[in-house]
Amino acid sequence: MKDLKSQASKSTTPGKGGLTPEIQSRIGHQLRAMYDDVVRQGVPDRFAELIKKLDAPGATPQVENGGGSNDNNNGRD
Amino acid sequence: MPLTDSLRNDILAAVPSLRAFAISLSGNADRADDLVQETLLRALANIDSFQPGSNLPAWLFTILRNLFRSDYRKRRREVEDAEGNYAKTLKTQPSQNAHLEFEEFRTALDKLPQDQREALILVGASGFSYEDAASICGCAVGTIKSRVNRARSKLAALLYVDGAEDFGPDETIRAVIGGSGG
Repeated sequence: MKDLKSQASKSTTPGKGGLTPEIQSRIGHQLRAMYDDVVRQGVPDRFAELIKKLDAPGATPQVENGGGSNDNNNGRD
Repeated sequence: MPLTDSLRNDILAAVPSLRAFAISLSGNADRADDLVQETLLRALANIDSFQPGSNLPAWLFTILRNLFRSDYRKRRREVEDAEGNYAKTLKTQPSQNAHLEFEEFRTALDKLPQDQREALILVGASGFSYEDAASICGCAVGTIKSRVNRARSKLAALLYVDGAEDFGPDETIRAVIGGSGG
């Protein structure tokens, strides 16, 4: 009986920091929606290539500034 | 440990959530990708210091978080850039209402102190345990818990108290907020 009562009051009254479970779950939902939008984009080519370049033993990754994808074009024209 | 194929695959698999974390921290998609790139380079260069069997995502998040921190001291966040750039990262445009709600949330998140924001994201979005989040942030578990609680309270105050009237037809939330005085 006591347990039931405390559970019931838990779901309707603000908890720590004045948060109701509804608001907590709303915040959690928004947070994950924002985050998962990016996660769903997968691995951009630039990173897949970066990690792949290390396949060869002793290879050093080439740092590209600004996200350009001009592979192996660090020589002069 | 040496960079094995399986380790390389595990690093690759962590990239999407590293990007999400970086965007949440920096509020800027371009800068987030630079952070991820630096993180990967640093991780690969220091792969020998990774303990086999330990938590690889936590290790990578720690590197990214530290890079962001040291970078942050040098240049302030480009707040005015945040929303536009962030919106560009979305593949699908959310509906008008969802988009507004999303913008409000993003803006509120940006108002949190950095300590609280990162704690909330690590626990609430990345899905790390309090223990892992504490190790990523280099602080005590209790500190993480209190940061997460304060972050949630502040978000609630920003999003669901002041703007309760125009927030939407959520009777439960409105009733609770409206009835909190009596």
